[in-house]
This record gives sequence, C-alpha cells and structure tokens, in this order.
Amino acid sequence: MKGYEGARWMESLLIPLSALVGGAALFGIFCAVLGSNPFAVFYSIYRAAFSDWYSWQNTLVRAAPLMLCGLCTALPARAGLIVIGNEGAMVMGAIGAVAAGLAVPNAPHLTSLLLMAAAGMLAGGLWICIAAALHHYRGVNAVISSLLLNYIAIALLNHLIEGPMRDPASLNNPSTMPLADAQHLGMISGTTVHDGLLFGIVACLAAWFLLSRTTFGFAAKVVGGNLRAAQLCGLGIGRVLLTLSFLGGACAGLAGMVEVAAVQGRANASVNAGYGYVGILVAFLARQNPAGVLVVSLLLGGLMASGGMLQRAQNLPDAAVLVLEGMLFLVILWSETLYGRWSERRLRAS
Amino acid sequence: MSTRSWGRLATCAAVGNRRRTAANPADARLTIGSSVPRCPTKFISRRAFLAGAAASLAHAATPDPLVLGFLYNGPKNDLGYNQAHAEGKQALRRYPWVNALEEASVPETVAAEESMRNMIHQDRASAVFATSFGFFDPFAISVARRNPQVQFFHCGGMWQADKHPKNIGIYFGFIDEVEFLSGMVAGLTTKTNRLGFVAAKPIPQVLRNINSFTMGARSVNPRVVTQVVFTGDWVLPVREAEASSSLADQGNDVLTGHTGSPRVIVQMAERRGIFANGYQFNQSSMAPRGFLTGAEWHWGTVYCRYAEMLREGKSVSDGTIPRRLTGTLKDAFCALSPFGTQVTERTRQTIAEAREKIIDGSLPVYRGPIRDNTGQMRIPAGVTRRVTDPELDSMDWLVEGVIGRTRS
Repeated sequence: MKGYEGARWMESLLIPLSALVGGAALFGIFCAVLGSNPFAVFYSIYRAAFSDWYSWQNTLVRAAPLMLCGLCTALPARAGLIVIGNEGAMVMGAIGAVAAGLAVPNAPHLTSLLLMAAAGMLAGGLWICIAAALHHYRGVNAVISSLLLNYIAIALLNHLIEGPMRDPASLNNPSTMPLADAQHLGMISGTTVHDGLLFGIVACLAAWFLLSRTTFGFAAKVVGGNLRAAQLCGLGIGRVLLTLSFLGGACAGLAGMVEVAAVQGRANASVNAGYGYVGILVAFLARQNPAGVLVVSLLLGGLMASGGMLQRAQNLPDAAVLVLEGMLFLVILWSETLYGRWSERRLRAS
Repeated sequence: MSTRSWGRLATCAAVGNRRRTAANPADARLTIGSSVPRCPTKFISRRAFLAGAAASLAHAATPDPLVLGFLYNGPKNDLGYNQAHAEGKQALRRYPWVNALEEASVPETVAAEESMRNMIHQDRASAVFATSFGFFDPFAISVARRNPQVQFFHCGGMWQADKHPKNIGIYFGFIDEVEFLSGMVAGLTTKTNRLGFVAAKPIPQVLRNINSFTMGARSVNPRVVTQVVFTGDWVLPVREAEASSSLADQGNDVLTGHTGSPRVIVQMAERRGIFANGYQFNQSSMAPRGFLTGAEWHWGTVYCRYAEMLREGKSVSDGTIPRRLTGTLKDAFCALSPFGTQVTERTRQTIAEAREKIIDGSLPVYRGPIRDNTGQMRIPAGVTRRVTDPELDSMDWLVEGVIGRTRS
C-alpha cells in the first residue's frame, strides 16, 4: 500500500512535468519550422517573464486575474462539474463592480472598494450558479450552458456600455462613466503590480483550505468522485454544486472587479480580454487543485508576458504564445489518461 | 548577457521582421526604392541565444539608431486597420537610422502598458506609437506620466491639457473625402441602385464614413440608397459574412463596410458575384473580379513625418512637434485604392476630376442642406463644414438615403 501511495505521488508530479516538457518540445519543433532557434525562443521567454524583478512584475500582474479565473473552473470541478463560463463571470463581475462604484461616487476608498468587490463577486457567482442550477435541476450540460453564458454576458456588456451606462463623452470607444479616483485599487507599494495579486493569492489559498481541510471539501470530493455514493450518504448534492459554483463564479467576478478598479478605471469592451479563457487552461493544467492554480497562473502569466518579446526579439508571429498554450493544453489533456497506469500496477503487485 | 546588450539584440532581430513581411505582395508598393542595409538577420536570429556579442557588434556600425515602438491591437496581416498601421511602419524602412519595433495583437489591458514599458526599458525606444484607440486611456497616459523622457503618439485620442501629460501627441486622418469618392464609384457602377454597408458600431467615426459614402454615391446617382447593418463589434467575421450575404440577398449590388477589416465583406461580395469597395487597407486581392476601389489609410506619411521631426531633436513636450497632427486626402494621410478592372474609363475620369475639386476645396463633402434619414435638418443650407470641423466629431445621425438606424 505504501508503494501505491508513493507511486501515486510520483505520478502526480511526473506526469504534469513531462506533459509540460512534451508540450514545450512540440512548440520547439514549431519554432524550428518557422526558422527560429527553439532554445533562443525559450531563453527569450525566460528573459521576458522570470529573469529579474522587472520581468517578474510583468508576470505577476498577468497572473493575478488568471488565479481568480482559474478558480472559477477548478472549484466546481472538484464536485465533478466542468464550468467554462469564466469569461462571462468575469465580465459580469466587472459590470457589477462598476455599477456599484458608480452608484456611490462619493463613498470613501475602502467602503467603495468593498462594495464593488461584493457586487462583482455576487454578479459573477450568480452567473455561474445559473449554469450549475441548469445542470442540477434540468440536466443541461454545464460545459455548453456556461460557454453560451459567456456570449450572453459579453452581449450584455456591449449593450450596457453602448446604451444605458454609456458615458456620452466616450465617443469612439463606448465606455461607462469613469470611476472616481478614490475607487481605484492601489498598487503593492514599490511595484508595478496592483493589489489584485493579493486577492488572487488569498483566494487560491482559501480555496485550497476549503477543499482539502474541511468537511465541505470532503463532501465535494465525494460528489465529484461518485454521485451515487454521495446520494446514498445523504449529501446535499445541489447545495454542494451550487455553493462551489457560486464561489468559483465569485472569484472570476472579483477578477472583473480588479480589472475595472485597478486597470481600466471604467468598464468598456476591453474588460473582455480573454483572461477567462486562459483561466480554463490554468485550471486544467493545475488538475483542478487550487494550490496548483496559484503556481500554474505564474507560469501562464509569464507566457503571456513574454508574447511581446517573442515578437520583437525572435521575430515570431503574435499568435506564437497561443500556439504554445494550445500545445500545452492538448498534451496535458492527453496526459490525463496516463494516471493510474503505473500506480495501479504497483497496487496489483502488492 | 546584460539588459543593455539584450536590448540591442532585440532591435536587430526586429530588423529581420521587415524582410519576412516584405515577402507579402501587398507590401511591395512601399518596398520599392527603399534602401535598407541588410542586417545579417538570419545568422543572428538563428543563433541569437549564443551570439549576443556578435549582434552588438553588428549594430555598432549604426550609432544610436532612433528606436520607435509600434503597438497594434490585432494581427498585422488582417488586411485592415492593423495592417494599414503595420504597412505605415514599413515605410520607415527608407530611413537607415530608424529602428522600428512592433508588437501585434496587444490587448487593451495591462498588456498594452507592459508592451510600452518593455519597448522603453528593454529596447530603449525613444518614441512609442499606440495605434489603437483603446490604448490611450489609461494605458498610454500612465506610461507617459512615468516616462517623461519618452514621447508617445496616439492615433485618434482626445488629449486634454489639464488632465494628460505633455509628452503625448495625437495623430489622426479625416477619410470622409475618400469615402465620398469611393461612394461615387459605387453610385456610378451599381445597377440596382442599392448599396450595402456592414458597420461595426454606431460611433461617430463609423457614421461619418457611412454618410460620406452615401452622399458620394447620391451626388452622381440620386436614386441610390445605402442599407446599413451594424454587427456590434470590430472583429466578427462570421456575423460580417452573414450580414454581407443577407445584403446581397436583398438586391444590394455593391458592398462595403467599416469593421476592423472588411476583408470578409469583400470576399462575400466576390462570392455572390457583386461589387465590393474596401476600407482601411487595399483589399483588391480578396475580390479580383468585383473589387471597385476603397478608402485606405496611408499612415506611412505620418510615421515618416514624425521620424524626421524626432531625428531633428524636436519634441511634442516642448511644442516643436505639433500636439495634433491631422491630415486629409490632400495631405496623403489616406487615398483611394487602385481601381478594379470593372471600373469604366468614364468613371475613372469623373473620379479624377472630383478628386481635384475636393483637393482644391471646391467640392466639400458636408455642404448644406443635409438632412438625416428621419427628415431632420442637420446642416442647414448655406453652411459648409470642412471635414476637420470638430462639430462633425460627435455625429450621431445617418444621412438621407441610408436605410438603417443608429439605435436598435
């Protein structure tokens, strides 16, 4: 049994690592075909994302929303529900946060930030709850429904910024009214990284604690592991699913709030910048583990931050980073099939 | 390798960019006559990892090039807005003392700020060109505030003296006159007297183009109407194709549009066997049979002017470079795409004459009386608005002859 545990542990370490290396190797071939030296490309990525404090800051600022968006998929996935509505939840969070901020333009700094965060989390949470409720009560596939909810959220955003919430002065770039200066989220002192990073780290750690150290987390694991067994135990499946979906959506909603309060200062079409979609990748790379989300966000944040350097220094097309992300994603999905091959052989042998 | 030598390496490899894009036939026009000393790029980009020192040496020959950074919001081969800017940047190849870097598909988020900062800190850019409207506020503003020694030039922004840092300059072009000419070609070519226009959003910039296109068409063929479909966003190829197809179904026989890139619209027109006018960039390659002409941007004019001013040590902060650099057809900021094969000799002559008149000012686009399509008088008789008139910047109406509404 000891051998089995050890083998499982080795698998959970070696398989993702080799998948990363494999995906990177595929990307290297891709670069070589394009006429770039793959080692120079990887060195560029390292230089641009992880080599010194300046580049680390670029990575961290990209990683912050990824952590929050990654949790949106990782949390419900623990209970077996695959949600890919991260982008929609983030957009809804941004709308909620801006609406709250504009409703109380004269509120003090902390009050308005708390209000905006609460509104953003509520909006994002309820948005993902729609998908979870459709799944639980009506049997609608949550992958499809949450994906479609993204489009609805983006359409709603466009409608609001071009109609009811439009700042008449935003002629050629429809936006809401700007938030007051007191409603902006600050920077971590001495850096170019905004406080959203702290939200991301705290959220990941809290989610990790919730899933691995509480009875609720255990219940979620049972629901995800075997629905029938969970029913026999008398677990409230709907409650677990909806709670996790709400929490996941709330994290993405918080990312939306950070985007408007720390980056844009208002809501406009740029709020829908694709962090949500990368968040799905983060969650899968992390194998739906919140602590893993923290680490993988740094890695993918670094990749995103190095996109410019690859264009300027390595003469690669702007889509090169997307190709790398796609290759990693495919190899990692494929590597999921490898789990248990070795450890279960050990189990049988013992 | 120090950050400094890394910066040099990066800039040299960026020169390699030029050669790759020059293979694109669309670039051929600006490539002709340029005299860029070839950087031994292949060698460097292949071995960049090991040959940092060699790269530094290669650049020691040209002391302190003027490093300019360009950011585009989308891919630089979109045959549209971004390619028009990228091609403008290519025009700088005629100056061996310019080192122009570019980053494409930069989203309007922290990524934009980061790209600008990287160009400044890693590549020593002394001026940054932010080509997308959304790069301005808050991104260019915040980077400009922290880097007062660097100059920023933004396409189309609204600079306000009391709010924004002094080292930001604005450039933009007024393309209404070219749309007017493009509309004239459409009006003279259509057989059904119906033109289709696929537009992204009902914002002033787009409405101006719809209106001037329509007025151009109606100036030569008063029976023409333009049917407008708004897709809702800049890059929605599927919806653009659907809209174009349905416009074709409804009997419109010339299609044009204002989206990030109307390539899909032009392509669909070709497939349906009708005519197409382009916008942003020369789209003739998308419709060898039905392409008539189009209004395209010539940002190269602007970028070369800036490069020369910067070389002379001028700066927008101290006012030696104008805060706003704008231009029209006359200033070659924009032009009509070369005519397609279906444009008759007579039409070509009419357009050539109209072009002369627009340039000498005797044929203004916005000459009253102009009514909107609900019958309301927008520009009274006797009033003529030049295309540079700020009054037009807040246009929110569609001119008489347009079928469509600015609000859904």
